[in-house]
Amino acid sequence: MADIFHSAEPIYLQLAERIKRQIVRGELQLGEKLPSVRDMALKANVNPNTVQRTYRELEGLKIVESKRGQGTFVTVDERVLQAIREEMKETEISQFVQVMREMGYSDDEIKAGLDSYLTEKGASEQ
Amino acid sequence: MILFQQVTKIYRQKVALDEVNLKLSRGKIIGLVGENGSGKSTMLKLIAGLAYPTRGEVLVNGSKANRRVASTVSYLSELDEYYRFYNVKQMIKFYASQFPDFDLKKAYEILTFMKLDPESKLKELSKGNRGRLKIVLSLARNAPIILMDEPLSGLDPMVRQSIVKGLISFIDLEKQLVLITTHEIREVENILDEVIAIKDGTIIGHHNVEQLREEQKLGIVDWLTTIYE
Repeated sequence: MADIFHSAEPIYLQLAERIKRQIVRGELQLGEKLPSVRDMALKANVNPNTVQRTYRELEGLKIVESKRGQGTFVTVDERVLQAIREEMKETEISQFVQVMREMGYSDDEIKAGLDSYLTEKGASEQ
Repeated sequence: MILFQQVTKIYRQKVALDEVNLKLSRGKIIGLVGENGSGKSTMLKLIAGLAYPTRGEVLVNGSKANRRVASTVSYLSELDEYYRFYNVKQMIKFYASQFPDFDLKKAYEILTFMKLDPESKLKELSKGNRGRLKIVLSLARNAPIILMDEPLSGLDPMVRQSIVKGLISFIDLEKQLVLITTHEIREVENILDEVIAIKDGTIIGHHNVEQLREEQKLGIVDWLTTIYE
């Protein structure tokens, strides 16, 4: 895990975002145990208190659950995974659209461009 | 845990600290930043009981800081002086004999983590490895307060990185408080809970770092730039 964080955004949120991405990518499976607070802190090069806060945040969102004496686990609830996938899709698309609009592309141009990219280039990149 | 009440420290004519009020609690890694001569080391020495305030009080766990405070405070000075004829193992043994809270097992764990050879002679250690050894000696104590004066100063990036990792691995944040002075802010910004800025003997800012990022959208360096101007 690369340990680069934006210095002007809360690290606990950046780390939570990173873990959510790992879940969506399948790098972290449903039900899988997360590293201990200390190990995660070492891996990400952050304060253990920050990791603790990240885990609490994710727990509040029902994305992970902590089992007493055993550690913190990714939820086994498929619906949560689906919800994160949807949320991430929204975020990525809205950022993309915003950037395109700022550069002056119309919505039709964006749609057409995306379509042709996916049929021509995107397909071969998979 | 640490309390400064209207603390002024004057060395001869020079005011090193000027009516400082400060409260620090356990479970945190706190960075103390400021230019050379701003009063950082003086604050550490007052907490360690190695210097006394001219006016005001420094309380550590409720009692006035004096020489006896050394039993609860692990103080890592910025100086780089050791008994050159010792080897690493003997140095550790010496520390264990001086401090009842020195944890030999932990010392060897940190030593291994830092990839130091217990048989090396101190006079033959590189500057980087002397820096690592200082971390071993200071973190191996189960002291509630750990003070580190410029632990990263003058060391190469690899060594600085291993020291930061050592801090993450071996500090017990349930029980300990770490106060660290440094100029290498980028290196430590991700492990600090709080940051204190000091200028000309006065504290000009004290923040929870994540709160700074969340509420003001500022990293530590941005924040320092705004308050120093």
